[in-house]
Amino acid sequence: MMTDLNKALNEFCLRIADNSLIHAQRISEWTGHGPILEEDIAMSNVALDLIGQARGFYTYAAQIEANGKTEDVYAFHRGEREFRNKLMVELPDNKDFGFTMMKLFLNGCFDYLMFRDLMKSTDETISGLAAKSIKEVTYHVRHAGDWVVRLGDGTQESHERVQNSLNELWPFTNELFEQDNIDTLLITNGIAFDKESFRSEWTKMVTEIFAKATLSIPENNTYFPTGGLKGVHTEHFGFLLAEMQYLPRMYPDAVW
Amino acid sequence: MDINVKTDDVSEKENAFNDSIQAGKVIEPKDWMPEKYRKQLLRMMSQHAHSEVVGMLPEGNWITRAPSLARKAILIAKVQDEAGHGLYIYSAAETLGMDRSEMIDQLLAGKAKYSSIFNYPTISWADIGAIGWLVDGAAIVNQTVLAKCSYGPYSRAMLRICREENFHNKQGYQILAYLMRGTQEQKAMAQDAMNRWWWPALMMFGPSDKESPNSADLLKWKVKLFTNDDLRQRFIDRTVEQAQAIGLKIPDDKLKWNEETRHYDFGEINWDEFFQVINGNGPCNKLRLKQRNDAHTNGQWVRDAAKAYAEKKKTN
Repeated sequence: MMTDLNKALNEFCLRIADNSLIHAQRISEWTGHGPILEEDIAMSNVALDLIGQARGFYTYAAQIEANGKTEDVYAFHRGEREFRNKLMVELPDNKDFGFTMMKLFLNGCFDYLMFRDLMKSTDETISGLAAKSIKEVTYHVRHAGDWVVRLGDGTQESHERVQNSLNELWPFTNELFEQDNIDTLLITNGIAFDKESFRSEWTKMVTEIFAKATLSIPENNTYFPTGGLKGVHTEHFGFLLAEMQYLPRMYPDAVW
Repeated sequence: MDINVKTDDVSEKENAFNDSIQAGKVIEPKDWMPEKYRKQLLRMMSQHAHSEVVGMLPEGNWITRAPSLARKAILIAKVQDEAGHGLYIYSAAETLGMDRSEMIDQLLAGKAKYSSIFNYPTISWADIGAIGWLVDGAAIVNQTVLAKCSYGPYSRAMLRICREENFHNKQGYQILAYLMRGTQEQKAMAQDAMNRWWWPALMMFGPSDKESPNSADLLKWKVKLFTNDDLRQRFIDRTVEQAQAIGLKIPDDKLKWNEETRHYDFGEINWDEFFQVINGNGPCNKLRLKQRNDAHTNGQWVRDAAKAYAEKKKTN
Protein backbone atom coordinates (compact mmCIF):
# COMPACT_ATOMS: atom_id res chain seq x y z
CA MET A 1 0.00 0.00 0.00
CA MET A 2 1.20 3.43 -0.86
CA THR A 3 1.13 6.13 1.77
CA ASP A 4 -1.03 9.17 1.05
CA LEU A 5 2.09 11.13 0.33
CA ASN A 6 3.36 8.54 -2.12
CA LYS A 7 -0.03 8.39 -3.79
CA ALA A 8 0.07 12.13 -4.23
CA LEU A 9 3.62 12.02 -5.52
CA ASN A 10 2.73 9.29 -8.00
CA GLU A 11 -0.22 11.30 -9.28
CA PHE A 12 1.90 14.44 -9.46
CA CYS A 13 4.48 12.66 -11.64
CA LEU A 14 1.80 11.23 -13.92
CA ARG A 15 0.34 14.69 -14.47
CA ILE A 16 3.65 16.08 -15.65
CA ALA A 17 4.50 12.98 -17.68
CA ASP A 18 1.10 12.84 -19.38
CA ASN A 19 1.29 16.48 -20.31
CA SER A 20 4.73 16.09 -21.86
CA LEU A 21 3.84 12.89 -23.69
CA ILE A 22 0.61 14.15 -25.21
CA HIS A 23 2.29 17.39 -26.21
CA ALA A 24 5.12 15.39 -27.82
CA GLN A 25 2.62 13.20 -29.64
CA ARG A 26 1.05 16.25 -31.26
CA ILE A 27 4.36 17.88 -32.14
CA SER A 28 5.74 14.66 -33.60
CA GLU A 29 2.88 14.68 -36.12
CA TRP A 30 4.92 17.39 -37.85
CA THR A 31 7.96 15.24 -38.57
CA GLY A 32 8.42 15.32 -42.33
CA HIS A 33 5.76 17.98 -42.87
CA GLY A 34 7.32 21.18 -41.49
CA PRO A 35 7.43 24.51 -43.32
CA ILE A 36 11.21 24.23 -43.78
CA LEU A 37 13.67 21.42 -43.21
CA GLU A 38 15.30 23.26 -40.32
CA GLU A 39 11.94 23.36 -38.52
CA ASP A 40 11.46 19.64 -39.05
CA ILE A 41 14.67 19.14 -37.18
CA ALA A 42 13.76 21.63 -34.45
CA MET A 43 10.29 20.19 -33.87
CA SER A 44 11.66 16.65 -33.75
CA ASN A 45 14.07 17.88 -31.10
CA VAL A 46 11.28 19.36 -29.03
CA ALA A 47 9.24 16.17 -29.31
CA LEU A 48 12.25 14.14 -28.24
CA ASP A 49 12.83 16.39 -25.23
CA LEU A 50 9.21 16.08 -24.18
CA ILE A 51 9.21 12.30 -24.55
CA GLY A 52 12.38 12.22 -22.48
CA GLN A 53 10.67 14.24 -19.76
CA ALA A 54 7.62 11.97 -19.87
CA ARG A 55 9.80 8.88 -19.56
CA GLY A 56 11.65 10.33 -16.59
CA PHE A 57 8.48 11.16 -14.67
CA TYR A 58 6.72 7.90 -15.64
CA THR A 59 9.71 5.92 -14.47
CA TYR A 60 9.66 7.70 -11.12
CA ALA A 61 5.89 7.22 -10.85
CA ALA A 62 6.40 3.50 -11.44
CA GLN A 63 9.15 3.38 -8.84
CA ILE A 64 6.80 4.93 -6.29
CA GLU A 65 3.99 2.56 -7.15
CA ALA A 66 6.45 -0.34 -6.95
CA ASN A 67 4.18 -2.95 -8.48
CA GLY A 68 6.01 -3.73 -11.68
CA LYS A 69 4.48 -1.04 -13.87
CA THR A 70 6.65 0.51 -16.54
CA GLU A 71 6.59 3.75 -18.50
CA ASP A 72 4.88 1.89 -21.34
CA VAL A 73 2.08 0.61 -19.12
CA TYR A 74 1.24 4.21 -18.24
CA ALA A 75 1.54 5.42 -21.81
CA PHE A 76 -0.16 2.61 -23.67
CA HIS A 77 -2.48 0.81 -21.29
CA ARG A 78 -4.51 3.54 -19.66
CA GLY A 79 -7.74 4.94 -21.00
CA GLU A 80 -8.87 8.49 -21.63
CA ARG A 81 -10.22 9.05 -18.13
CA GLU A 82 -6.89 8.10 -16.60
CA PHE A 83 -4.78 10.64 -18.47
CA ARG A 84 -4.02 13.85 -16.57
CA ASN A 85 -2.65 16.14 -19.28
CA LYS A 86 -4.02 19.64 -19.72
CA LEU A 87 -6.56 20.04 -22.48
CA MET A 88 -4.44 22.55 -24.36
CA VAL A 89 -1.74 20.07 -25.35
CA GLU A 90 -4.18 17.52 -26.76
CA LEU A 91 -5.84 20.01 -29.13
CA PRO A 92 -5.17 19.06 -32.75
CA ASP A 93 -2.73 21.31 -34.58
CA ASN A 94 -4.16 20.59 -38.02
CA LYS A 95 -0.77 21.42 -39.50
CA ASP A 96 -1.10 25.04 -38.45
CA PHE A 97 2.47 25.96 -37.57
CA GLY A 98 1.45 29.14 -35.77
CA PHE A 99 -0.94 27.22 -33.56
CA THR A 100 1.79 24.71 -32.69
CA MET A 101 4.28 27.43 -31.82
CA MET A 102 1.75 29.37 -29.77
CA LYS A 103 0.86 26.24 -27.83
CA LEU A 104 4.50 25.41 -27.26
CA PHE A 105 5.15 28.95 -26.10
CA LEU A 106 2.23 29.21 -23.67
CA ASN A 107 2.78 25.78 -22.17
CA GLY A 108 6.55 26.18 -22.31
CA CYS A 109 6.54 29.37 -20.24
CA PHE A 110 4.46 27.56 -17.65
CA ASP A 111 6.75 24.52 -17.64
CA TYR A 112 9.78 26.75 -17.35
CA LEU A 113 8.51 28.39 -14.17
CA MET A 114 7.22 25.10 -12.77
CA PHE A 115 10.54 23.32 -13.29
CA ARG A 116 12.46 26.30 -11.95
CA ASP A 117 10.56 25.92 -8.68
CA LEU A 118 10.74 22.13 -8.68
CA MET A 119 14.53 22.32 -8.82
CA LYS A 120 14.19 23.32 -5.15
CA SER A 121 12.02 20.30 -4.32
CA THR A 122 12.94 18.35 -1.19
CA ASP A 123 12.48 15.23 -3.29
CA GLU A 124 15.81 14.65 -4.98
CA THR A 125 14.44 12.76 -7.95
CA ILE A 126 11.95 15.53 -8.67
CA SER A 127 14.58 18.23 -8.34
CA GLY A 128 16.92 16.23 -10.58
CA LEU A 129 14.30 15.71 -13.27
CA ALA A 130 13.39 19.39 -13.07
CA ALA A 131 17.02 20.45 -13.45
CA LYS A 132 17.34 18.34 -16.59
CA SER A 133 14.02 19.44 -18.03
CA ILE A 134 14.48 23.17 -17.52
CA LYS A 135 17.45 23.25 -19.87
CA GLU A 136 15.27 21.80 -22.61
CA VAL A 137 12.26 23.97 -21.85
CA THR A 138 14.43 27.10 -21.89
CA TYR A 139 15.20 26.29 -25.50
CA HIS A 140 11.56 25.52 -26.34
CA VAL A 141 10.42 28.86 -24.96
CA ARG A 142 13.08 30.72 -26.87
CA HIS A 143 12.41 28.90 -30.10
CA ALA A 144 8.62 29.15 -29.91
CA GLY A 145 8.80 32.74 -28.63
CA ASP A 146 10.97 33.75 -31.59
CA TRP A 147 8.41 32.28 -33.95
CA VAL A 148 5.50 33.96 -32.18
CA VAL A 149 7.28 37.28 -32.69
CA ARG A 150 8.19 36.55 -36.31
CA LEU A 151 4.68 35.44 -37.20
CA GLY A 152 2.96 38.17 -35.19
CA ASP A 153 5.09 40.90 -36.71
CA GLY A 154 5.59 39.25 -40.10
CA THR A 155 2.94 39.64 -42.78
CA GLN A 156 -0.69 40.64 -42.47
CA GLU A 157 -1.69 37.02 -43.02
CA SER A 158 0.70 35.60 -40.43
CA HIS A 159 -0.38 38.22 -37.93
CA GLU A 160 -4.03 37.33 -38.35
CA ARG A 161 -3.37 33.62 -38.21
CA VAL A 162 -1.27 33.66 -35.08
CA GLN A 163 -3.62 36.14 -33.38
CA ASN A 164 -6.41 33.64 -34.06
CA SER A 165 -4.30 30.89 -32.51
CA LEU A 166 -3.79 33.03 -29.44
CA ASN A 167 -7.51 33.77 -29.25
CA GLU A 168 -8.28 30.09 -29.45
CA LEU A 169 -5.64 28.94 -26.98
CA TRP A 170 -5.82 31.68 -24.39
CA PRO A 171 -8.89 30.35 -22.54
CA PHE A 172 -7.03 27.03 -22.10
CA THR A 173 -4.18 28.69 -20.22
CA ASN A 174 -6.28 29.05 -17.10
CA GLU A 175 -6.16 25.31 -16.64
CA LEU A 176 -2.38 25.32 -16.51
CA PHE A 177 -2.54 26.82 -13.02
CA GLU A 178 -5.19 24.53 -11.59
CA GLN A 179 -4.26 22.57 -8.51
CA ASP A 180 -6.03 20.41 -5.98
CA ASN A 181 -5.46 18.60 -2.68
CA ILE A 182 -2.68 16.50 -4.28
CA ASP A 183 -0.69 19.69 -4.77
CA THR A 184 -1.58 20.96 -1.32
CA LEU A 185 -0.17 17.85 0.32
CA LEU A 186 3.04 18.02 -1.70
CA ILE A 187 3.40 21.76 -1.11
CA THR A 188 3.11 21.17 2.64
CA ASN A 189 5.95 18.68 2.38
CA GLY A 190 8.20 20.93 0.33
CA ILE A 191 8.03 18.61 -2.66
CA ALA A 192 6.00 20.88 -4.94
CA PHE A 193 5.21 24.60 -5.02
CA ASP A 194 2.15 26.76 -5.33
CA LYS A 195 1.52 27.44 -9.04
CA GLU A 196 -0.36 30.61 -8.22
CA SER A 197 2.90 32.02 -6.85
CA PHE A 198 4.34 32.36 -10.36
CA ARG A 199 1.20 33.24 -12.23
CA SER A 200 2.00 36.93 -12.47
CA GLU A 201 5.51 36.09 -13.63
CA TRP A 202 4.06 33.86 -16.32
CA THR A 203 1.71 36.64 -17.44
CA LYS A 204 4.66 39.01 -17.64
CA MET A 205 6.69 36.51 -19.68
CA VAL A 206 4.01 35.98 -22.28
CA THR A 207 2.89 39.62 -22.36
CA GLU A 208 6.40 40.79 -23.18
CA ILE A 209 6.62 38.49 -26.17
CA PHE A 210 3.10 39.42 -27.33
CA ALA A 211 4.06 43.08 -27.23
CA LYS A 212 7.03 42.38 -29.50
CA ALA A 213 4.78 40.28 -31.71
CA THR A 214 2.14 43.03 -31.86
CA LEU A 215 -0.41 40.51 -30.58
CA SER A 216 -3.09 41.21 -28.03
CA ILE A 217 -4.47 38.94 -25.36
CA PRO A 218 -8.18 38.38 -26.00
CA GLU A 219 -10.48 39.95 -23.46
CA ASN A 220 -13.97 39.13 -22.33
CA ASN A 221 -13.49 35.39 -22.23
CA THR A 222 -16.36 33.85 -20.36
CA TYR A 223 -15.49 30.20 -20.72
CA PHE A 224 -12.27 28.61 -19.44
CA PRO A 225 -12.05 24.93 -20.38
CA THR A 226 -10.95 22.54 -17.68
CA GLY A 227 -10.92 18.82 -16.98
CA GLY A 228 -7.38 17.44 -17.32
CA LEU A 229 -6.83 16.94 -13.60
CA LYS A 230 -9.93 14.79 -13.42
CA GLY A 231 -9.33 13.01 -16.71
CA VAL A 232 -12.21 14.67 -18.52
CA HIS A 233 -10.83 15.47 -21.95
CA THR A 234 -11.87 16.98 -25.26
CA GLU A 235 -13.49 14.97 -28.04
CA HIS A 236 -10.16 14.97 -29.86
CA PHE A 237 -8.36 13.02 -27.19
CA GLY A 238 -9.83 9.57 -27.82
CA PHE A 239 -8.56 9.65 -31.38
CA LEU A 240 -5.08 10.59 -30.25
CA LEU A 241 -4.99 7.67 -27.82
CA ALA A 242 -6.51 5.25 -30.32
CA GLU A 243 -3.70 6.03 -32.70
CA MET A 244 -0.91 6.10 -30.14
CA GLN A 245 -1.95 2.93 -28.31
CA TYR A 246 -3.10 0.83 -31.23
CA LEU A 247 -0.25 -1.69 -31.42
CA PRO A 248 0.16 -2.44 -27.69
CA ARG A 249 -3.62 -2.67 -27.36
CA MET A 250 -3.99 -4.96 -30.35
CA TYR A 251 -1.17 -7.26 -29.26
CA PRO A 252 -1.20 -7.03 -25.46
CA ASP A 253 1.28 -9.89 -25.00
CA ALA A 254 3.84 -8.60 -27.44
CA VAL A 255 7.22 -7.13 -26.55
CA TRP A 256 8.51 -4.55 -29.00
CA MET B 1 49.71 18.70 -65.11
CA ASP B 2 48.05 20.99 -62.62
CA ILE B 3 44.27 20.64 -62.46
CA ASN B 4 43.77 24.40 -62.62
CA VAL B 5 46.16 24.76 -65.52
CA LYS B 6 45.94 28.15 -67.21
CA THR B 7 44.78 27.40 -70.67
CA ASP B 8 41.72 28.18 -72.72
CA ASP B 9 41.73 24.80 -74.36
CA VAL B 10 38.91 22.84 -72.78
CA SER B 11 40.13 19.45 -73.92
CA GLU B 12 43.53 20.22 -72.44
CA LYS B 13 41.85 21.18 -69.18
CA GLU B 14 39.78 18.06 -69.27
CA ASN B 15 42.84 15.89 -69.80
CA ALA B 16 44.51 17.51 -66.84
CA PHE B 17 41.33 16.96 -64.81
CA ASN B 18 41.17 13.28 -65.76
CA ASP B 19 44.83 12.80 -64.97
CA SER B 20 44.53 14.32 -61.56
CA ILE B 21 41.52 12.16 -60.77
CA GLN B 22 43.50 9.10 -61.82
CA ALA B 23 46.26 10.29 -59.51
CA GLY B 24 43.73 10.25 -56.66
CA LYS B 25 43.23 13.98 -56.24
CA VAL B 26 40.09 15.13 -54.48
CA ILE B 27 38.15 17.80 -56.40
CA GLU B 28 37.06 20.86 -54.43
CA PRO B 29 34.33 23.39 -55.38
CA LYS B 30 36.74 26.03 -56.69
CA ASP B 31 38.69 23.62 -58.88
CA TRP B 32 38.00 23.64 -62.57
CA MET B 33 35.78 20.73 -63.58
CA PRO B 34 34.17 19.59 -66.82
CA GLU B 35 30.59 20.78 -67.15
CA LYS B 36 29.43 17.19 -67.45
CA TYR B 37 31.15 16.23 -64.20
CA ARG B 38 29.44 19.12 -62.42
CA LYS B 39 26.06 18.23 -63.89
CA GLN B 40 26.30 14.54 -63.10
CA LEU B 41 27.33 15.25 -59.54
CA LEU B 42 24.62 17.81 -59.07
CA ARG B 43 22.09 15.31 -60.38
CA MET B 44 23.34 12.57 -58.05
CA MET B 45 23.67 14.77 -54.99
CA SER B 46 20.32 16.49 -55.36
CA GLN B 47 18.64 13.12 -55.93
CA HIS B 48 20.38 11.86 -52.84
CA ALA B 49 19.21 14.85 -50.77
CA HIS B 50 15.66 14.46 -52.08
CA SER B 51 15.76 10.79 -51.12
CA GLU B 52 16.63 11.70 -47.55
CA VAL B 53 13.75 14.16 -47.35
CA VAL B 54 11.15 12.01 -49.10
CA GLY B 55 12.37 9.06 -47.05
CA MET B 56 11.14 10.86 -43.93
CA LEU B 57 7.56 10.30 -45.07
CA PRO B 58 7.17 6.50 -45.00
CA GLU B 59 8.99 6.31 -41.67
CA GLY B 60 7.28 9.35 -40.20
CA ASN B 61 4.06 7.49 -40.94
CA TRP B 62 4.70 5.33 -37.85
CA ILE B 63 5.97 7.89 -35.35
CA THR B 64 2.57 8.47 -33.78
CA ARG B 65 1.97 4.69 -33.65
CA ALA B 66 5.35 3.44 -32.43
CA PRO B 67 4.60 0.67 -29.92
CA SER B 68 6.74 1.86 -26.99
CA LEU B 69 8.13 5.15 -25.78
CA ALA B 70 11.67 3.99 -26.46
CA ARG B 71 10.76 3.01 -30.04
CA LYS B 72 8.97 6.31 -30.53
CA ALA B 73 11.99 8.30 -29.38
CA ILE B 74 14.38 6.24 -31.53
CA LEU B 75 12.19 6.63 -34.60
CA ILE B 76 11.81 10.39 -34.19
CA ALA B 77 15.57 10.70 -33.75
CA LYS B 78 16.14 8.58 -36.84
CA VAL B 79 13.77 10.56 -39.04
CA GLN B 80 15.33 13.72 -37.66
CA ASP B 81 18.73 12.39 -38.75
CA GLU B 82 17.37 11.97 -42.27
CA ALA B 83 16.30 15.62 -42.29
CA GLY B 84 19.82 16.49 -41.19
CA HIS B 85 21.29 14.38 -43.99
CA GLY B 86 19.02 16.15 -46.45
CA LEU B 87 20.22 19.55 -45.26
CA TYR B 88 23.82 18.46 -45.30
CA ILE B 89 23.71 17.05 -48.83
CA TYR B 90 21.71 20.02 -50.17
CA SER B 91 24.46 22.27 -48.79
CA ALA B 92 27.15 20.12 -50.35
CA ALA B 93 25.26 20.19 -53.65
CA GLU B 94 24.99 23.98 -53.48
CA THR B 95 28.77 24.13 -53.91
CA LEU B 96 28.10 23.05 -57.50
CA GLY B 97 26.15 26.20 -58.19
CA MET B 98 22.47 25.55 -57.57
CA ASP B 99 20.39 26.84 -54.63
CA ARG B 100 18.55 24.48 -52.34
CA SER B 101 15.28 26.22 -53.21
CA GLU B 102 15.82 25.51 -56.90
CA MET B 103 16.53 21.84 -56.21
CA ILE B 104 13.42 21.63 -54.07
CA ASP B 105 11.35 23.28 -56.78
CA GLN B 106 12.48 20.55 -59.16
CA LEU B 107 11.44 17.91 -56.68
CA LEU B 108 8.05 19.48 -56.09
CA ALA B 109 7.43 19.83 -59.81
CA GLY B 110 8.09 16.11 -60.21
CA LYS B 111 11.15 16.81 -62.37
CA ALA B 112 13.75 15.40 -60.00
CA LYS B 113 14.14 11.78 -59.03
CA TYR B 114 14.63 10.29 -55.60
CA SER B 115 15.24 6.74 -54.48
CA SER B 116 12.54 4.46 -55.88
CA ILE B 117 12.29 2.62 -52.58
CA PHE B 118 10.31 5.41 -50.92
CA ASN B 119 7.45 4.89 -53.32
CA TYR B 120 6.51 1.75 -51.42
CA PRO B 121 4.10 2.05 -48.49
CA THR B 122 4.85 1.34 -44.82
CA ILE B 123 1.81 -0.67 -43.86
CA SER B 124 3.01 -2.33 -40.67
CA TRP B 125 5.36 -1.61 -37.79
CA ALA B 126 7.71 -4.29 -39.15
CA ASP B 127 8.20 -2.11 -42.23
CA ILE B 128 10.01 0.36 -40.01
CA GLY B 129 12.40 -2.43 -39.09
CA ALA B 130 12.77 -3.43 -42.74
CA ILE B 131 13.54 0.13 -43.83
CA GLY B 132 16.22 0.55 -41.17
CA TRP B 133 17.81 -2.81 -41.82
CA LEU B 134 17.42 -3.30 -45.58
CA VAL B 135 17.01 0.18 -47.01
CA ASP B 136 19.55 1.87 -44.79
CA GLY B 137 21.72 -1.22 -45.12
CA ALA B 138 21.70 -0.84 -48.88
CA ALA B 139 22.33 2.88 -48.51
CA ILE B 140 25.37 2.18 -46.34
CA VAL B 141 26.89 -0.10 -48.99
CA ASN B 142 26.42 2.71 -51.51
CA GLN B 143 27.54 5.52 -49.26
CA THR B 144 30.61 3.82 -47.84
CA VAL B 145 31.91 3.78 -51.39
CA LEU B 146 30.72 7.33 -52.10
CA ALA B 147 32.74 8.45 -49.08
CA LYS B 148 35.80 7.75 -51.23
CA CYS B 149 34.47 9.52 -54.32
CA SER B 150 36.41 12.24 -56.11
CA TYR B 151 34.29 15.22 -55.05
CA GLY B 152 35.41 16.52 -51.64
CA PRO B 153 32.15 17.99 -50.26
CA TYR B 154 30.20 14.86 -51.20
CA SER B 155 32.74 12.43 -49.82
CA ARG B 156 32.95 14.32 -46.51
CA ALA B 157 29.16 14.40 -46.24
CA MET B 158 29.07 10.64 -46.79
CA LEU B 159 31.63 9.95 -44.08
CA ARG B 160 29.52 11.71 -41.54
CA ILE B 161 26.23 10.33 -42.75
CA CYS B 162 27.47 6.74 -42.78
CA ARG B 163 28.11 6.86 -39.06
CA GLU B 164 24.48 7.71 -38.42
CA GLU B 165 23.21 5.24 -40.98
CA ASN B 166 25.00 2.48 -39.12
CA PHE B 167 22.88 3.26 -36.07
CA HIS B 168 19.75 3.28 -38.23
CA ASN B 169 20.69 -0.05 -39.68
CA LYS B 170 21.13 -1.56 -36.22
CA GLN B 171 17.87 -0.17 -34.86
CA GLY B 172 15.99 -1.56 -37.86
CA TYR B 173 17.57 -4.97 -37.39
CA GLN B 174 16.76 -4.83 -33.70
CA ILE B 175 13.10 -4.10 -34.40
CA LEU B 176 12.90 -7.21 -36.57
CA ALA B 177 14.94 -9.32 -34.15
CA TYR B 178 12.46 -8.45 -31.39
CA LEU B 179 9.53 -9.32 -33.64
CA MET B 180 11.13 -12.63 -34.61
CA ARG B 181 11.43 -13.72 -31.01
CA GLY B 182 7.91 -12.52 -30.21
CA THR B 183 4.42 -13.87 -30.79
CA GLN B 184 3.29 -15.71 -33.91
CA GLU B 185 1.64 -12.53 -35.12
CA GLN B 186 4.83 -10.55 -34.67
CA LYS B 187 6.86 -13.16 -36.57
CA ALA B 188 4.35 -13.11 -39.41
CA MET B 189 4.51 -9.32 -39.46
CA ALA B 190 8.31 -9.41 -39.77
CA GLN B 191 8.34 -12.05 -42.51
CA ASP B 192 5.69 -10.16 -44.44
CA ALA B 193 7.82 -7.02 -44.33
CA MET B 194 10.83 -9.04 -45.49
CA ASN B 195 8.83 -10.41 -48.41
CA ARG B 196 7.71 -6.98 -49.50
CA TRP B 197 10.99 -5.03 -49.01
CA TRP B 198 13.68 -7.47 -50.16
CA TRP B 199 13.35 -7.03 -53.91
CA PRO B 200 12.77 -3.27 -53.86
CA ALA B 201 15.88 -3.00 -51.64
CA LEU B 202 17.92 -4.83 -54.30
CA MET B 203 16.56 -2.46 -56.92
CA MET B 204 17.98 0.49 -54.95
CA PHE B 205 21.37 -0.12 -56.52
CA GLY B 206 19.93 0.74 -59.88
CA PRO B 207 19.73 -1.21 -63.12
CA SER B 208 22.40 -3.58 -64.21
CA ASP B 209 25.39 -1.64 -65.54
CA LYS B 210 24.59 -2.65 -69.08
CA GLU B 211 21.40 -0.63 -68.68
CA SER B 212 22.80 2.22 -66.64
CA PRO B 213 23.39 5.17 -68.99
CA ASN B 214 25.63 7.22 -66.70
CA SER B 215 27.84 4.50 -65.29
CA ALA B 216 30.82 4.77 -67.64
CA ASP B 217 31.47 8.47 -67.07
CA LEU B 218 30.88 8.24 -63.36
CA LEU B 219 33.33 5.37 -63.05
CA LYS B 220 35.95 7.22 -65.08
CA TRP B 221 35.65 10.25 -62.83
CA LYS B 222 35.65 8.17 -59.67
CA VAL B 223 32.28 9.49 -58.67
CA LYS B 224 31.37 5.82 -58.70
CA LEU B 225 34.04 3.35 -57.71
CA PHE B 226 32.12 0.14 -58.27
CA THR B 227 29.35 -0.92 -60.60
CA ASN B 228 25.73 -1.20 -59.50
CA ASP B 229 25.94 -4.97 -59.79
CA ASP B 230 29.08 -5.14 -57.62
CA LEU B 231 27.42 -3.14 -54.88
CA ARG B 232 24.20 -5.14 -55.07
CA GLN B 233 26.19 -8.35 -54.68
CA ARG B 234 28.05 -6.89 -51.72
CA PHE B 235 24.74 -6.01 -50.05
CA ILE B 236 23.29 -9.48 -50.62
CA ASP B 237 26.39 -11.19 -49.31
CA ARG B 238 26.36 -9.25 -46.08
CA THR B 239 22.60 -9.42 -45.53
CA VAL B 240 21.78 -13.10 -46.06
CA GLU B 241 23.43 -14.26 -42.86
CA GLN B 242 21.83 -11.48 -40.85
CA ALA B 243 18.44 -12.68 -42.03
CA GLN B 244 19.25 -16.28 -41.16
CA ALA B 245 20.46 -15.30 -37.70
CA ILE B 246 17.01 -14.12 -36.68
CA GLY B 247 15.06 -16.70 -38.66
CA LEU B 248 13.83 -14.55 -41.54
CA LYS B 249 13.48 -16.26 -44.88
CA ILE B 250 14.67 -14.38 -47.95
CA PRO B 251 11.94 -14.52 -50.60
CA ASP B 252 14.14 -15.88 -53.38
CA ASP B 253 14.13 -19.58 -54.28
CA LYS B 254 17.25 -19.16 -56.37
CA LEU B 255 19.32 -17.67 -53.56
CA LYS B 256 22.26 -20.01 -53.01
CA TRP B 257 25.86 -19.77 -51.85
CA ASN B 258 28.24 -20.28 -54.74
CA GLU B 259 31.47 -21.85 -53.52
CA GLU B 260 33.26 -21.00 -56.74
CA THR B 261 32.51 -17.29 -56.91
CA ARG B 262 32.41 -16.97 -53.09
CA HIS B 263 29.18 -15.02 -53.49
CA TYR B 264 25.48 -15.72 -53.28
CA ASP B 265 23.70 -16.42 -56.53
CA PHE B 266 20.27 -14.88 -56.66
CA GLY B 267 17.13 -14.80 -58.79
CA GLU B 268 16.06 -12.42 -61.49
CA ILE B 269 15.07 -8.91 -60.41
CA ASN B 270 11.80 -7.66 -61.81
CA TRP B 271 13.15 -4.68 -63.73
CA ASP B 272 9.75 -3.93 -65.21
CA GLU B 273 8.57 -3.10 -61.73
CA PHE B 274 11.65 -0.95 -61.15
CA PHE B 275 11.09 1.09 -64.30
CA GLN B 276 7.40 1.41 -63.53
CA VAL B 277 8.26 2.87 -60.12
CA ILE B 278 10.95 5.27 -61.30
CA ASN B 279 8.65 6.45 -64.06
CA GLY B 280 6.04 7.50 -61.54
CA ASN B 281 3.86 4.41 -61.32
CA GLY B 282 4.84 2.95 -57.96
CA PRO B 283 2.27 2.52 -55.20
CA CYS B 284 3.15 5.83 -53.50
CA ASN B 285 4.72 8.10 -56.15
CA LYS B 286 1.71 10.38 -56.28
CA LEU B 287 1.23 10.38 -52.55
CA ARG B 288 4.86 11.28 -51.80
CA LEU B 289 4.81 14.16 -54.24
CA LYS B 290 1.54 15.36 -52.80
CA GLN B 291 2.84 15.12 -49.25
CA ARG B 292 5.93 17.18 -50.09
CA ASN B 293 3.86 19.71 -52.03
CA ASP B 294 1.30 19.99 -49.25
CA ALA B 295 4.00 20.63 -46.65
CA HIS B 296 5.56 23.23 -48.91
CA THR B 297 2.30 25.02 -49.70
CA ASN B 298 1.11 24.79 -46.13
CA GLY B 299 4.36 26.37 -44.93
CA GLN B 300 4.41 29.19 -47.46
CA TRP B 301 2.85 31.74 -45.11
CA VAL B 302 5.38 30.83 -42.43
CA ARG B 303 8.33 31.32 -44.76
CA ASP B 304 6.83 34.57 -46.05
CA ALA B 305 6.39 35.83 -42.51
CA ALA B 306 9.95 34.96 -41.54
CA LYS B 307 11.23 36.78 -44.60
CA ALA B 308 9.05 39.83 -44.01
CA TYR B 309 10.10 40.00 -40.38
CA ALA B 310 13.79 39.74 -41.30
CA GLU B 311 13.35 42.56 -43.82
CA LYS B 312 11.68 44.76 -41.24
CA LYS B 313 14.49 44.18 -38.76
CA LYS B 314 17.04 45.03 -41.42
CA THR B 315 15.47 48.37 -42.25
CA ASN B 316 14.73 49.33 -38.63
